[in-house]
Amino acid sequence: MASTIKNTYFEAELFRQRAFVAMLFVTTAMAGLLFGYFNLQVLRFDEYREQADSNRVRLKPTMPARGLIFDRSGRLLTDNVSAYRLELTPEQVEDIDTTLLQLGKLVVLSKDDLRRFRRAMDSSRKFLPITVKLPLSEEEVARFSVNRFRFPGVEVVPYLTRRYLYDDLFAHVIGYVARLDQEDLKAMGDERYSVLTHTGKTGLERAYEEQLRGTIGYEEVETNARGRSLGVLKRHTSQGGTDLKLSIDTDLQKATVAAFGELTGSAVAVDPNTGGVLAMVSLPSFNTNLFVNGISTVDYTALSTDPSRPLFNRNVRGGTPPGSTIKPFVALAGLESGMRRPEDTVYSSGEFFIQGQRRGYRDSHAGGHGTVDLYASIAESVNTYYYRLAMDMGITKFDTYMRRYGFGQPTGIDLIGEIPGTLPSPEWKRKRFNQPWYLGETVIAGIGQGYWVVTPLQLAQGTASLANGGRRIPLRLVQATRTGLNQAWQPLPAPPSTSIGATAAQLQAIRTGMEATMHTRKGTGWMIALGSPYRIAGKTGTVQKISRRGSVSMDPRSLPLHLRHQALFIGYAPAENPTIAVVVVVEHGGYGASTAGPIARKMLDAYLLPKSEAVVPEKPND
Amino acid sequence: MIELLAGFRDAIARLLSRVDVPLMAALTGLMAVSILVQSSAGDNALHSVLAQSARFVLGSAALLLLANTTPATLRSWTPWIYAGTLSLMPLVFIFGSGRSANLWLDLGVFYLQPGELLKLSVPMMLAWYLHREALPPSWKTLAVSAMIVGFPVLLIVKQPDFGTGMLVAASGGFALFLAGLQWRRILIAIGAAAAAIPIGYQFLMPYQKDRIMVFLNPESAPQGAGWNIIQSKIAIGSGGFSGKGWGESTQAALDFLPEHTTDFAFSVFSEEWGWLGVLLVMALYFFVIARCLWMAMQSKNTYSRLLTGTLALTFFIYIVVNGGMVAGFLPVVGVPMPLISYGGTSAVSLLAGFGLIMSAYSHRKYIGD
Repeated sequence: MASTIKNTYFEAELFRQRAFVAMLFVTTAMAGLLFGYFNLQVLRFDEYREQADSNRVRLKPTMPARGLIFDRSGRLLTDNVSAYRLELTPEQVEDIDTTLLQLGKLVVLSKDDLRRFRRAMDSSRKFLPITVKLPLSEEEVARFSVNRFRFPGVEVVPYLTRRYLYDDLFAHVIGYVARLDQEDLKAMGDERYSVLTHTGKTGLERAYEEQLRGTIGYEEVETNARGRSLGVLKRHTSQGGTDLKLSIDTDLQKATVAAFGELTGSAVAVDPNTGGVLAMVSLPSFNTNLFVNGISTVDYTALSTDPSRPLFNRNVRGGTPPGSTIKPFVALAGLESGMRRPEDTVYSSGEFFIQGQRRGYRDSHAGGHGTVDLYASIAESVNTYYYRLAMDMGITKFDTYMRRYGFGQPTGIDLIGEIPGTLPSPEWKRKRFNQPWYLGETVIAGIGQGYWVVTPLQLAQGTASLANGGRRIPLRLVQATRTGLNQAWQPLPAPPSTSIGATAAQLQAIRTGMEATMHTRKGTGWMIALGSPYRIAGKTGTVQKISRRGSVSMDPRSLPLHLRHQALFIGYAPAENPTIAVVVVVEHGGYGASTAGPIARKMLDAYLLPKSEAVVPEKPND
Repeated sequence: MIELLAGFRDAIARLLSRVDVPLMAALTGLMAVSILVQSSAGDNALHSVLAQSARFVLGSAALLLLANTTPATLRSWTPWIYAGTLSLMPLVFIFGSGRSANLWLDLGVFYLQPGELLKLSVPMMLAWYLHREALPPSWKTLAVSAMIVGFPVLLIVKQPDFGTGMLVAASGGFALFLAGLQWRRILIAIGAAAAAIPIGYQFLMPYQKDRIMVFLNPESAPQGAGWNIIQSKIAIGSGGFSGKGWGESTQAALDFLPEHTTDFAFSVFSEEWGWLGVLLVMALYFFVIARCLWMAMQSKNTYSRLLTGTLALTFFIYIVVNGGMVAGFLPVVGVPMPLISYGGTSAVSLLAGFGLIMSAYSHRKYIGD
């Protein structure tokens, strides 16, 4: 084992010696430590007591100004304005109830204010100031300032509050900030953020929260014995938040809202070449300014119980079956898969039958459309053509192409909470309902009915792919950012686009069909495009409430009320060199051609025609 | 029924008979001090007190269990324990979590810090190895010992957890010292270590370099680590001879003191209980160390002797490093005040260590092979 013989007595003795040495060392070191403490605590006590008593330099975090938001032409959409809030530091207030009662005589304290204050007091640290009320009116500031000496531990603090210059116009784009709560703080993972009074809750305010927020700075503040600040000794400046420049065109956004009139629904306009979102509207909307400084219970109840759901972002979270607007994509899948050529024809008799089944699947005309090729099938929206095509492809192949065009998955827009929608498939149905798939469901999938759920954003992305030569391009609201007023705008890197796989010739066939929809007499969009100085390519769609057509095995209850009976339109213009692609969804909107189409036309006019023609106010023509 | 109760009572008595009463009394005193500090300094005082108490109960259970295991059994398991704890380390790099360093494994119920387990298993392994070799250690023995200690230390420092790595390395040094390493070689080792400091400095993480710079000149970073030291010194110094009294720490209450339940818990204690309190706690610590070293001397076999002595001296290093750090005598290293600071695995592993020591002492007649 070892090179030398083990001598246990010797080893024990050796250990004894070493243990004594160690003990000597331990004694010396601990005596030294004790002396060090004696020096601090006894010999230099006066010095340190003095320092502790005058320890009034506190690090006070300073709030950075939140980033501003501009539209594509540099128009200011969201900024910060100075305001005052009332803060109370529990540790410095002897009787909080009495103080609140006294304060209530100087400033208006609502039940909401008091409830919020109590809740914050329960969960935050005693020496941290808690907001009693914000914002204070000028009168309240003046009244409190005169009486300030009566309220130790209560202070009026200036801060910047968010302002949305267009009230409800961008509610579902920019979203809003609201009061920071304890959960938000926990999610941020840093207690220092407690100086922030607000945080982005929805829309871009939430998605770009970190950039918009900026970096917190510090002030070394001298305070008196009660913690009231006497002056700033040193500043470590905060870094203001990043400004955002959107691809949104405010005029187009306004024109879109105006075009809807009293109707509810949603619309998206995108630049098909960049994926930049030009307009995004979800109606009804709401005034985001209501939320900033704490929405009153009354206002919130009104908004959240409104059956037309103003708080619901229809573009991002709202799904609808695509109806006939899916047909150009199904036609493209037919071409890509080699199962159809553009000139191949199908005979439409008015009703389509699966062999051996009694139930028929109808066309929109009782007598049918006769013999139609691909172009006519799009222009006239011939159901039979797509029943047969979907049945021939089979649901698996059908889904493969639809997925490639972007359906059944988020578009990747820079907002949070985008739903993926539903691509109808046997696997999905088994998981969802534990039921087998029927052939009839493949058939109705071909005309965008049944289990299909798409978001307006997906349709916009798909339409953009048809317009831009077959590239699936992620949608983006933010175009550029800058880190300060005197800095240059830095364009955000273009997100990578993927090819949908179609050849130029295949795409051209679809585009020709969509132009025929708008500019031939038989086309379903003829009335929409009448008199337009530029050429439009488009497709109408209607999702019936509960229709006999295509409802073979459909449970009526699977469709929520707000999804029933929608009018849809997708399109782009100018047809030969598109610069804008639009999607319009009108709820309870009759037929796509009669309600959604005219709204889309007004959007295209607003964007493509010289301003003088576009701004002429028109009555929506039904 | 009565027989059953009597049997139960006898079993308990047998279990407790392995506990060294004077040592346990001193440890209990320190745990009481910890509860006192936690109940005064925490923002969620009740939660801290309950959590710390739970750890003490768990740690005491581990102590009781280990004290009732014979040194022979412990020794035969040692290589496996060493290998087992060492193999947990790579998991930390893969699944680890932690704010600035990957120190913890999330076990669902609580976080396990494998570095803490190595504080026990490395001294055990070294004692196991030196027990087999002739002492004082030859060059070859020294080289193998260096590997037994060096590998885990490297992994711990890589996490990065400099404080724990330093403690484990120190335990290796203590084991060799107690094993009778020749003075000449000790001097050579100290000289080599001193020479390596400038080289080692290059490999430190930026935050560690900052801490050393801050130690040399606290005013250079008044908001960061320097702020902590300045405020900690004010806390200790303003405590004076007899302290401000329980719960009266203005430095902690006004949030001048950071981490006042963990690394800086002793500052709060010093502020509230003054130099008299410090004297009392230091006396308890001194008694624990002296008692352990005395217990080590009573052992008839090298394994028990070296393990006990090493654990006692490592315990001492905790005290000096943390006590020196909060008073600004030493740079900031993430080492808690043993048993007093709030911390999960640390409290449990320390008490488990005392379990090993009590096992060795209560079976001291055992000679070994």
